[in-house]
Amino acid sequence: MNIQPVLLWSDVCIWLLVLAGIGAGWWSRRQPPLAAAWKRVGQSRPGMAAATILLAFVLVGLLDSLHYREQLPGKAGEKASYSVEVLSALDRLLLPLRTRVEKTYSEPLATRAYAKEMMEVRQADGSLRTMRDYPRLKFGGATLGADEARVDADIAGRAIRAVLLAAVVWLGLCLVVVRRLACADGVPLKQAWQALWCGETAFAWNAVLIAFGALMLVAALLLGLATEYHVFGTDKVGQDVLYQVLKSIRTALVIGLVTTLVTLPLAVFLGIIAGYFRGWIDDLIQYIYTTLNSIPGVLLIAAAVLMMQVVIDTHPQWFATAAERADLRLLALCFILGLTSWTGLARLLRGEALKLRELEYIQAAQAFGVSDLRIISRHLLPNLMHIVIIALVMDFSGLVLAEAVLSYVGIGVDPSMISFGTMINNARMELGREPVVWWSLVAAFAFMFVLVLAANLLADAVRDAFDPRMA
Amino acid sequence: MADDKIPLLSVRNLAMGFASGRRVLPAVSGISFAVAEGETYALLGESGCGKSATALALMRLLPAAGRVLGGEVRLGERELLGLPEAEMRGVRGGGMAMIFQEPATSLNPVMTVGRQIGEVLAQHAGLQGEAARARAGKLLTAVGISDPARRLDEYPFQLSGGMKQRVMIAMALAGNPALLVADEPTTALDVTIQAQILDLLQDLQAERDMGMLLITHDLGVVARMAHRVGVMYAGELVEEAPCATFFASPCHPYTQALFAALPDLSAPGARLATIPGQVPSLAAMPAGCRFAPRCPHVMTRCREVSPEWRELAPGHRVRCFWEEAAVQRVSAVAEPAVRPALAVAQAPLVQVADLQVHFPIRRGILQRTVGHVRAVDGVSLALSPGRTLALVGESGCGKTTVGKALLQLIKPTGGSVLLEGHEIAGLSRAEMRPLRRRLQMIFQDPFASLNPRMRVGEIIAEGMQALATAERGALAEAVTAMLAQVGLDAEAVGRYPHEFSGGQRQRIAIARALAVQPEILICDEPTSALDVSVQAQILNLLAELQSSLGLAYLFITHNFAVVEHLAHEVAVMYLGRIVEHGTVEEVLRDPQHPYTRALLSAVPSPKPAAAGGGSIIRLPGETPSPANPPAGCHFHPRCIHAMPICREAYPDETRLSPTRVVRCHLLSSADLTAEV
Amino acid sequence: MLAYILRRLLYAIPILIGVNLITFALFFIVNTPDDMARMQLGVKRVTPEAIQKWKAERGYDKPLFWNGAAEGAGPVTQTIFFEKSARMFAGDFGRAEDGRDISREIVARMGPSLAIALPTFLLGLFVTVSFALLLAFFRATALDFWGVVLCVAMMSISGLFYIIGGQFLFAKIFRLVPISGYGGGLDAARFLILPVLIGVIAGIGSSTRWYRTIFLEEMGKDYVRTARAKGLTETAVMFGHVLRNALIPILTGVVVVIPLLFMGSLLTESFFGIPGLGSYTIDAINAQDFAVVRAMVFIGSVLYIVGLILTDISYTLVDPRIRFDR
Repeated sequence: MNIQPVLLWSDVCIWLLVLAGIGAGWWSRRQPPLAAAWKRVGQSRPGMAAATILLAFVLVGLLDSLHYREQLPGKAGEKASYSVEVLSALDRLLLPLRTRVEKTYSEPLATRAYAKEMMEVRQADGSLRTMRDYPRLKFGGATLGADEARVDADIAGRAIRAVLLAAVVWLGLCLVVVRRLACADGVPLKQAWQALWCGETAFAWNAVLIAFGALMLVAALLLGLATEYHVFGTDKVGQDVLYQVLKSIRTALVIGLVTTLVTLPLAVFLGIIAGYFRGWIDDLIQYIYTTLNSIPGVLLIAAAVLMMQVVIDTHPQWFATAAERADLRLLALCFILGLTSWTGLARLLRGEALKLRELEYIQAAQAFGVSDLRIISRHLLPNLMHIVIIALVMDFSGLVLAEAVLSYVGIGVDPSMISFGTMINNARMELGREPVVWWSLVAAFAFMFVLVLAANLLADAVRDAFDPRMA
Repeated sequence: MADDKIPLLSVRNLAMGFASGRRVLPAVSGISFAVAEGETYALLGESGCGKSATALALMRLLPAAGRVLGGEVRLGERELLGLPEAEMRGVRGGGMAMIFQEPATSLNPVMTVGRQIGEVLAQHAGLQGEAARARAGKLLTAVGISDPARRLDEYPFQLSGGMKQRVMIAMALAGNPALLVADEPTTALDVTIQAQILDLLQDLQAERDMGMLLITHDLGVVARMAHRVGVMYAGELVEEAPCATFFASPCHPYTQALFAALPDLSAPGARLATIPGQVPSLAAMPAGCRFAPRCPHVMTRCREVSPEWRELAPGHRVRCFWEEAAVQRVSAVAEPAVRPALAVAQAPLVQVADLQVHFPIRRGILQRTVGHVRAVDGVSLALSPGRTLALVGESGCGKTTVGKALLQLIKPTGGSVLLEGHEIAGLSRAEMRPLRRRLQMIFQDPFASLNPRMRVGEIIAEGMQALATAERGALAEAVTAMLAQVGLDAEAVGRYPHEFSGGQRQRIAIARALAVQPEILICDEPTSALDVSVQAQILNLLAELQSSLGLAYLFITHNFAVVEHLAHEVAVMYLGRIVEHGTVEEVLRDPQHPYTRALLSAVPSPKPAAAGGGSIIRLPGETPSPANPPAGCHFHPRCIHAMPICREAYPDETRLSPTRVVRCHLLSSADLTAEV
Repeated sequence: MLAYILRRLLYAIPILIGVNLITFALFFIVNTPDDMARMQLGVKRVTPEAIQKWKAERGYDKPLFWNGAAEGAGPVTQTIFFEKSARMFAGDFGRAEDGRDISREIVARMGPSLAIALPTFLLGLFVTVSFALLLAFFRATALDFWGVVLCVAMMSISGLFYIIGGQFLFAKIFRLVPISGYGGGLDAARFLILPVLIGVIAGIGSSTRWYRTIFLEEMGKDYVRTARAKGLTETAVMFGHVLRNALIPILTGVVVVIPLLFMGSLLTESFFGIPGLGSYTIDAINAQDFAVVRAMVFIGSVLYIVGLILTDISYTLVDPRIRFDR
């Protein structure tokens, strides 16, 4: 099948961030103070467990950031035409989840729909009778055929197989890690195994392995059952909730990470020059951020997003596909969030720069006539790096949570874009129904909770490792 | 002393450490000593030897990571380490009280003085309300604070440093303690204030017959205050003696080395004795005697067995195998003098005339300038090649500002700075850049003056790159050469500052300044953050560099011992102005300005002879703010010789000799020989 | 001290002008009134006449900054900037899309907003400060450890979850309180209990952790050691010394939000159907009623600036260094 790769603007940002992350990692390996701090992060067990989980989320997000358009079937010799639907590598992997759409709501692992419907049933005598019943799902438990009673046994069997598979993979990974540790330290396997689980390794391998084990277990269960059932049920239009939750991850990551692309340069540049040069530059920058700060955040975002909507709505000709429009709106949201949230970090950096500029090593550099730019880049910036890194990881979880609220208020991502916020927003309408449609909401909250909790734990570990007061 | 009766405080085999990860690093290993009633016991040691940790362990106030590992502390007959916390609270403040090093941070900033003292009175004397207030007022009077009724309602930030320490003392006395633990009580204070506080402590102790455990690193303070001395090294007590014996015949090689490293006791300009190596770290204590790796008299068994106590004389004991100890007496004079002889003064390199640095004070709604802090107000001096001018004064007198204004790090408000006849005051940054090579500075705090994120090689190369004094290719070689010149290994290039000790860091800072081959070096208290033994190394290094490179030094300091040792000329500053200027011999042997005299006599001397006798001039009050200096002679409110004219006019210069200038009305009045 | 406060007041003026300019730029320069009319009327079926009519109805048909056609003071006053932006300084916010006077609407809705926000704020402050003190008091014990774990978990939960979950549990399952709505007088309490409770719980995680850090930092200072050396009990040290000093950094974050309480909470009010300013704002956002959003932005920043000034004043009350120094 021919495909046409599509590079959305947010993909560009994401892959740039990945490159920047790799670059920063390589660079900080060569900076002993930074490397030592990262090593301390590596020793933190909650931090490393959280990092393992986050890595899984990031992997899903990255898979979802390789976009393409499929070629439509056409006659040979004709100019190839491509579908307007933009898909991602993740969509391809989750093809069954994406395409097996039911009619409407169904409970998790159900074989029948959630609401009764009028339908015609062929009786034993061959006559058709109209009756009201829960209709059989098209895909949920399809292989069972008419033998629906077997559903529990089938689920249990699949679950057991999945758990066994997870256990095997996990043990395999443990062995690989232990072997490498044993080789590195030149000790027998058994001893390395014990050292690993007693937490005597410099890197918190035990936490990583436990987190990985839990991850494998959940992933195997979900995927093992998802081939046959809707593990988290389906939503109003019958779409699989697990698919939606996985798609939401990318949106959350983009909001949490791309926003920092806007925040960081502004905050770092303005904060440092305000603190270093003082005088009228400082007064001006302080004025700018006090003014921006004085507009309550949500309102400023609301106003800016409303205006952005007007721009987008009045220029439909800019966008080739709906995906592109939603994507640009997402980026604009990141941009707006960034513009409204740089002030805190800038203020922090300004204060720190004010303190640092009085330090004697800065004065020594001034006594050599070193230029201001060089003093900022060689003396100030490296000594403020820890604040930037701490702020970066601390902001992430706040932004992910903010997206949900903003989407609920109606000033978040495009309603057509799957995100935790839009999921919650769509699902909460159904809480009034009897019986309650709870699965969509619970799935979204649970995934968001795990993501944010992991981010918070990692942020704590990073802060403890980088904050000079804590060291 | 009191062998027959129970001492006030007895410490036996006290051991404590700090938890680091899963290990506990020992900080104090089995020290024993006793303090009797009315006795001052000085615990002497350099930074990191465990003396403060000992004091905190006695009070059971160790920080969270601190662990008492064993031993026994008795106050009277009570064992303290096993006491329940509730009873221990009665001991703290009541049985023994403590005063801390940093009066500025040790008082609660948002509580009035009266309430802070009142808390102790309520806790230990059961006094409340008016009774407590009256008592607190009396305590303030007792510690020499005038107008106690007003002071009781003031907050700590309204008090000067010396006053805060007096309040701390009043607070400590409020519970009528039998023992006072004073942890470096005067280290953060100026010499004239230090003298006041030491006097006060001595008087109070005599009055109340208190025991006092004085923790200090300053031999001068020991000589002035202590009855008995215990010397600590790397967590152990190594020598203990009555004060007089201690100064007459120190026995432990470490104690002897400490004395030899003091600039006060050696001949001016002589090379100071130094202790090689460094204090071992908590994590890597040597087996056997802990001083063995640095000891000049080390023997094989020193490295294997830790020596036991050896009694030399009643009350004088030492932990050392080396027995000829008493024979050797401090003698550093044998070393050749390194200070260049007082050559005929060459033409000065730098001439400063009437330098002024004023900082505006902004107040009010529109932040208008309502006045100026006259940090430097008309200072004139000259620096010549191969010679050292010491600029002496207490904190806040503007001496550091003079240094920075010379380098144009702070723009002078007025006056001129001539570098070989060319005006550099007011030059733009670009015009100044080519001249920067010639003037360099060494800073006070070696921990703040090196960028922690740069390698030593980069730090030293920075100046050479900025001023392009070395070819690009030759940079690495030049850096190595600089390191060698200040006595560091070439492998230091790739390491980071935090891997070095304070003395080594100061060497790096010196190398950085020297790398651009300056002619004038401004040394801003380069040794005040260092221990005595390390200070000696740095002073030696500076002296050697001067004699080999012919550098001109402006040496900013508050330490007269260092001045006497290193400088050729001295200028004494008070509130932004130089009050006396002359050669070292002139000024230190025969001070003329009343301030210089008071300053000199306030310095506690480690020469025991000087400790008791001699006329001691005590300055009343504290240095006024340079924002609002007294009219007339700035010094007159504290001067015992103040005359009516002193309140009206600032005295002109009086030239006493070709090299000697004093600004005092006593000398400018016709009768120069008048009794002063 | 008076001069200090006066200076802060004067500083508020350029900031308000800045806010005004920013909102003006956002609402009238990023998109011209024509764009807005086109969007409001529907992009497809739009005629120049309809746009003109839409603009004239709302007074958007004047020039932005300078009206050359007018006379006297007219060139300045008969402009969009003067009528829509500058007049906000006088408390004149114009009319909403439904024709109602915005100023009157705001005054009427402040009451319900405050009825929720104030109890939430006070109760929340009390609960979090006490909890943080408790954790700091038992620092480095199991209680502290699990307390912090609880805080991190609680701050990782979306605010929406607290509201939806709380509503579902207390109103729908237990039927203890009405799901939503608002009544006047004493009846209001019935409607307020749940939103206040949820508001408090949602804030526990992050605030407690923040206050605990402040307390611990304060407890590491020298004067605390002095207080212990006096023989004071740990409780006396905590309440007599640490709390008072920790109040200073806590005030920075707390006092500034007090005036903003008038604005109410967007989420709580809209979920619980409380006719306050928060739900007013949300409704305006959903209806794309720009005049209301603009008014709320302006009021929000005025209240924030009042908060800043209150912060400065409260500093002078708790910190003698500021009280006596300036």
